[in-house]
Amino acid sequence: MKTAKITPVTVQKVARLARVPLTKTQEKDMTKKIGVTVQYISQLESLPTKDVTETSQVAGLENVYREDEIDTERMFTQEQALANAKRTHNGFFVVDAVFDEK
Amino acid sequence: MNTYEPIIGLEIHVELKTKSKMFCGCPASHFGKKPNTQTCPVCLGLPGALPVSNKKAIEWTIMLGLALEGNIAEISKFDRKHYFYPDLPKGYQISQYDQPLCRGGTIGDIRIHRVHLEEDTGKLIHTNNTTLVDFNRSGVPLVEIVTEPDIHSTEQAREFLKKLHQTVRYLGISDADMEKGSMRLEPNISVRKTGEKGLPSYKVEVKNINSFRFVEKAIHFEIERQMTLLNNGEKPKQETRGWSEGKGITISQRSKEEAADYRYFPEPDIPPMRFSRHQISDVRRQIPELPDAKRQRFIKTYSLSEYDANLLTETRALADFFEECVKIGKVPAKKLANWIINKKPDMENVLPAALVKSILEAGNVISISDDVIKQILSDNPKAVEDYKKGKQQALMFLVGAVMRQMKGKGSAEEIKKMLLSKLQ
Amino acid sequence: MLADFSIIELAKKMRSKEISPMDVITEIYETIGKIDKKINAFITLVDKEQALRIAQKRAKTREAARSPLFGLPYVMKDAYVTAGVRTTAASKVLDDFVPPYSATVHRKLEDAGAILIGKMNMDAWGHGASTENTDYGVTKNPWDITRSAGGSGGGPAAAIASRLAIFAIGEDTGGSIRNPAAWCGITGLKVTYGRVSRYGAIAYASSLDSVGPTAKTAEDCAHVLEVIGGKDPYDATSSPQPVVRYSGELQGSIRGKKIAFPKEFFKEGLDGEIRKAIVEARRVFESLGAVVEDVSLPMLEYGVPVYYILAPSETSSNLARYDGIRYGNERELFTQETKRRIMTGTYALSSGYYDAYYKKAQKARSIFIEKYTDILQHFDAILAPVTPGMPPKFGELLDDPVKNMMADLYTVTVNIVGLPSLALACGFGSSGLPIGMQLIGRMFSESTLLALGHNYQKTTPWHKKHPGVLA
Repeated sequence: MKTAKITPVTVQKVARLARVPLTKTQEKDMTKKIGVTVQYISQLESLPTKDVTETSQVAGLENVYREDEIDTERMFTQEQALANAKRTHNGFFVVDAVFDEK
Repeated sequence: MNTYEPIIGLEIHVELKTKSKMFCGCPASHFGKKPNTQTCPVCLGLPGALPVSNKKAIEWTIMLGLALEGNIAEISKFDRKHYFYPDLPKGYQISQYDQPLCRGGTIGDIRIHRVHLEEDTGKLIHTNNTTLVDFNRSGVPLVEIVTEPDIHSTEQAREFLKKLHQTVRYLGISDADMEKGSMRLEPNISVRKTGEKGLPSYKVEVKNINSFRFVEKAIHFEIERQMTLLNNGEKPKQETRGWSEGKGITISQRSKEEAADYRYFPEPDIPPMRFSRHQISDVRRQIPELPDAKRQRFIKTYSLSEYDANLLTETRALADFFEECVKIGKVPAKKLANWIINKKPDMENVLPAALVKSILEAGNVISISDDVIKQILSDNPKAVEDYKKGKQQALMFLVGAVMRQMKGKGSAEEIKKMLLSKLQ
Repeated sequence: MLADFSIIELAKKMRSKEISPMDVITEIYETIGKIDKKINAFITLVDKEQALRIAQKRAKTREAARSPLFGLPYVMKDAYVTAGVRTTAASKVLDDFVPPYSATVHRKLEDAGAILIGKMNMDAWGHGASTENTDYGVTKNPWDITRSAGGSGGGPAAAIASRLAIFAIGEDTGGSIRNPAAWCGITGLKVTYGRVSRYGAIAYASSLDSVGPTAKTAEDCAHVLEVIGGKDPYDATSSPQPVVRYSGELQGSIRGKKIAFPKEFFKEGLDGEIRKAIVEARRVFESLGAVVEDVSLPMLEYGVPVYYILAPSETSSNLARYDGIRYGNERELFTQETKRRIMTGTYALSSGYYDAYYKKAQKARSIFIEKYTDILQHFDAILAPVTPGMPPKFGELLDDPVKNMMADLYTVTVNIVGLPSLALACGFGSSGLPIGMQLIGRMFSESTLLALGHNYQKTTPWHKKHPGVLA
């Protein structure tokens, strides 16, 4: 198993990926704590799982669908949709300008 | 100077025209609606909201997979694809990763890699210093079709896209309207020295293409750009570029320092899907006759030329209109085909029966008067003689004779013209 | 006090008009006024006048009441969206969030006529086992206010122990109903995955989250589950299994019921007083005619690593929606503990590590299912401790990630497998703090667990004790 040591660089990279802003102090604390956590969870490595298939869901359900129908009951008015937003304009949510494509 | 061969793969997104969105009951039709008026807890990504899959969207994706002769998965599932962007309300897109609904398939010589189902994002509108977000489109079912890198020219790309567009429209699962964004294209392009095997170590993905014409221009531009770089001894960068129609060039979109890491994992909120053979053949039965089969049948059944059959099967609506007219039975198919191709009747407003009637009427005038004119001319040699000597009145006499013969049908002007053409 | 009565007793009094919904509300708000400043169980208390107005409305339609919950005040862990009532998940990220829709469980309770009076303290997003990871001040244990009430649902449990509501709705991802139930000396039911709709439950870890009742007794839990259980078209993972009349099956004898006693749950690391209390509970079950046998559940120790891969991974995904654009505040307001879980999960899912962590944990999950199935084929329930130790002093868990994780040792495997588990008080330690046990059952065997719990509670006094804070 790849249990790379958690370095400040790893923490910075993961923080960017997870979009979790960290102060320098937090970063240091996080390097330690995530290091301990990752070391702990890496115990799992010793469990033999050859030929075992994964279980993602325990409910055992399959093929659960909805019919293609419009459900107006749950729909929001524009006002409701925007009610909890900090910044709105003419019916839109507003964010700082983003230009680069994802 | 080396010669190069382009290697092109296409990624096509098609919005399905289901009534409701992929995972909630909001209307899927979003074009031209007031912003943020078609949302609910699910497509707005509110805390606690859960997705429930639209059955029709899944069936339609399977139908498309079958139409492209792909293999439908026995077991399929949804996965979460993570990235942050203001138009992605949950911070992940519900998509499919390792068990797409369909693998394989072909259009002509081009192999399809996979067809999967996902949800569309919201829409961003960029202003000077802010970006506006509208979530009406968020959660609309979106089918992604990915080809193998089997395309080697702009012509091939165009042919492929035309066929795919036509198939999707025939199936009636999407408007596939490029301008409205219900069909979006992303070619990835690289070039290799002619004769080399294997794929180049880079590829350039081009976004922002919203018409068939632009995709050709963009691909053409990229091929030229990359060949120039290679000829100068540079390797093109692996990156995403955007097509600028205004400038007619592709522009690098900030290439990222780190490769995207989408952290896919199976969507825990949606149980997996399992399809029996029976279910798949049920869907197969719903597939209408597709363009190729229809064209062949038209050629065979109606003795049409390849060219005419092609034109008449351009859209399902046109082909159906043609066959409706044929069914009425009064006009030969060949004649109908010519008429429809040349006169391009307004199918929205003209019923097949009305069209047949007008063909018959027009047909009557022409055929009868042609015979009648010949007959009148041979019956009245004296008048013909007189006319040829310069007597204009003789012509009027002949017109009158034709009109009497036709019991008043046809216009004097028309008959005069026809007489003149025979008298010269 | 009225809040000492069971749901069914209160329902009888309501029906005979001996008491009105207003009486219960008035008494409860009085108790809250006295007690909550000492324990801090509430994040948001519904305005008393508003609660009374609803109570009056209910009083007028009393005759139409079909559910025993009619007119009774209840609270919810602040992890459920409630239309018009602020919902925070105990995080400043949602400090001012007023949901425009309601969770299915909330809607069902409203339809039954129950009256929501508060949204309760918890570890933010469910991230913790002590209600210390909250932006709204810790919840104190009503039995000893220098100690934790447990977590993540410390608020609802402390409120029930202190009689600040008749029943509560908790949420259990790795022990969040059972751990505080044990530490507060009350009863909490972690239902089978899929038994109750998760629609509107703020997701911590979607494949583990479950919605369940917290109350004074197993009997009360049965009445609540009857109302909240069932298939929900808005939750594709909710089960079509029919909802049993759980309250009707409580009285049956437990004679001949087989209970497993798994030795791995009683190894070193378990507090001596807890072990003693559960061994004593074993005798009680035997005296009631149940057959208790020792069994082995190997690999229990892998439960915590598996849980701390699955839960952080899923939480890193579930918390990605909090971007401050449509609602809520910026992500920098997540607590350090929440950031740690998000980042651990992000790391475990990231390219190159997925197979070693997430995928491996999903395989381990299959093995856990197999091991539990092996035992439950032969037994009706498994008797086990809920927590390794007694309620900790503040600060003991939060600063030590491993100790924090180990607090969940006995509870997490149940979520990994999806089984139901009933936690209930089974004694008190020498310090006067309550001790809990859990009964783990087969999928959808809530009625068996509730009947076992009810029979136990009929012969034991623990659930009737009042905590010190009420004295």
